Amino acid sequence: MPTKKQLTCPIPQSDYPKITLAHGGGGLLSNELVDKIFAPVFNDPLLYERHDGARTNVKTGEIAFSTDSHVVKPLFFPGGDIGKLAVCGTVNDIAMCGAKPEFLSVGFILEEGLPMETLWQVVLSMKEAAKSAGVRIVTGDTKVVEHGKGDGIYINTSGIGQIISPTPISPASIQTGDAIILSGDIGRHGVAVMAAREGLQFESHIQSDCAPLNRMIEALFDENIEVRCLRDLTRGGLATALVEIASSSKQSIEVLETTIPVKPEVESACELLGLDPLFVANEGRCIAIVPEKAYDLTINTMKRFACGRGACRIGVIEKTSGSPQATLRTAIGTHRLLSLFSGEQLPRIC
Amino acid sequence: MKHLSEYRNPDRVRKIAQAIAETVTRPWTIMEICGGQTHNIARFGLEELLPKSISLAHGPGCPVCVTPVSLIDKSIAIARQPDVILCSFGDMLRVPGSRQDLFAARADGADVRIVYSPLDALALAKRNPDKQVVFFAVGFETTAPANAMAVFQAAEKRVSNFSILVSHVLVPPAIHALLSDPENRVQGFLAAGHVCAITGESEYWPIAKKYGIPIVVTGFEPVDIMLGLQRCITLLEEGRAVVENQYARIVPPDGNAPALRLIREIFEVSDREWRGLGTIPQSGFTLRKSYQEFDATRRFSIPDIPSRESPDCIAGKVLRGISTPMQCPLFETKCTPTRPQGAPMVSSEGACAAYYRYRRVQTAS
Repeated sequence: MPTKKQLTCPIPQSDYPKITLAHGGGGLLSNELVDKIFAPVFNDPLLYERHDGARTNVKTGEIAFSTDSHVVKPLFFPGGDIGKLAVCGTVNDIAMCGAKPEFLSVGFILEEGLPMETLWQVVLSMKEAAKSAGVRIVTGDTKVVEHGKGDGIYINTSGIGQIISPTPISPASIQTGDAIILSGDIGRHGVAVMAAREGLQFESHIQSDCAPLNRMIEALFDENIEVRCLRDLTRGGLATALVEIASSSKQSIEVLETTIPVKPEVESACELLGLDPLFVANEGRCIAIVPEKAYDLTINTMKRFACGRGACRIGVIEKTSGSPQATLRTAIGTHRLLSLFSGEQLPRIC
Repeated sequence: MKHLSEYRNPDRVRKIAQAIAETVTRPWTIMEICGGQTHNIARFGLEELLPKSISLAHGPGCPVCVTPVSLIDKSIAIARQPDVILCSFGDMLRVPGSRQDLFAARADGADVRIVYSPLDALALAKRNPDKQVVFFAVGFETTAPANAMAVFQAAEKRVSNFSILVSHVLVPPAIHALLSDPENRVQGFLAAGHVCAITGESEYWPIAKKYGIPIVVTGFEPVDIMLGLQRCITLLEEGRAVVENQYARIVPPDGNAPALRLIREIFEVSDREWRGLGTIPQSGFTLRKSYQEFDATRRFSIPDIPSRESPDCIAGKVLRGISTPMQCPLFETKCTPTRPQGAPMVSSEGACAAYYRYRRVQTAS
């Protein structure tokens, strides 16, 4: 059984140093991938059954079910890689439903020619992330596409978790006067990935914030905090999450620019590229909307976790008159209406 | 980055706003030329801090917005040719041409790439000797030196598979055109700091004299913009038609001599068509004869394509400061950043997109 110390791929280099179409063909080479890489690394009894799917018992009650696909380029970036991202993505989505993630499936789409060593590193990283989140990877699938038809590795993960929140976690549960808590500084994942991309010539030491948030969220329920709404801040960043929550809850939101933490390196990189950190992606940040009286306890609970060390209060749910909107009160004291970007944020010319 | 804390200092901004309020005795209309300034005025909500009697007109200084449709169509036609890599800055890809934008061309299979510098495009040409690499060189005087450098290096290193599609425009001729317009209502200008960092301020003196208006060379941060406005308003109140430099920390009076030499080596001044404004004499750059081999329009024989514009779009009036984006019947209805009808809705520097994205919050009454 591989341990963390086993850093080289168990499929001998002389055999197949690279993924071939046959690795996705369902024959001997597909089996070898499962036997030598996936099963021993993920090391779950359900995987060893080699069934078409995983069969297991779950507690009765409500479950949350979510899926997330990952196509990040480059595959490895400061602070993470596509494997860690794929596990955290689904784990966090399930946690945001007020559930404790338990089982994940993994679907790999590999490109012919991918170095076996790369797959090995990604799989090891998934194992680490799953361990840190306390979830089991219990079923999976691998397909291989021709060389040039993919970007090395695409990963889909789906997951199931048991709902642990006593009340529904939803924008509909939000009430006027609720506090908005942000779990830490924003914009690091987007900038780290962009800086690592080929062709972008600036040096940066910014690490992605990529992390599983589920244990921190579970702690909020352990503390009996009446969490109203949770949202992880992935694509589109903090601003997009706020706009979406305002629009689906029919409540207005005001956040204070001065209370939103952005690391100086992230701010500088964003200035250079003409990006707005409020809209830059994160992979280990969330907002929690809780009753005003619970905000202290929420922040203190979040701060017990590495991913919540920078937790802070950034705004409130306001009384809505007219159409619900999300606004930012700028450091200068003026107001800015937040709205959705169309497509990607594009770097400006000058 | 110290300038972020220093030039976004809320107390300083509020103090300047207070000083402006104490200076103003009459209504004034001031135009900020540059899209970068428009973007930040909207982003930081600076208009909220100005007395009601001050109106800001948002100028044509957004390179993406003024690139003519015909050139966008041409870029798409070039990108669609086999073995071509067309490179451009990010927001150029979403500007609508007559029929589609560069993103749509990319989805159809054209090799269109975003680069951050023309030198990246030149490097791409060196790495891909079997492809033609074309850089869509848009911009004002600010981006001209880097584009000139790319051509200069391509010539020096004989990179024969590199060319540029030039759409370079110049600020002073545009100001002339705006001020000669009978509908003009602009009484003072904030000139674009980064443009003047290259050209210096000398070109603006004859304009200030001829039209009797003050021009203040202004930076981009909230403190810069507010100081620029304060100086401009003071000059208007005093009736002085002069050029002042608020952005002296970046802009030397004579500009950047090596950059200007490089521009003159590669480019010559020529007439240019501006989207929304029409053709303005001597308002842009074209490659000099000695560098014409790097002109993409010569390398690829692309027939002129009849271009189409949305008939209801008032982009031209918005770019001339005659109308505000909100006065356009398409604004927020048929024209949004997702489905732009005119270029000012595409770039975040475009007045329409800036208004759409950061429009001032209607205070609930």
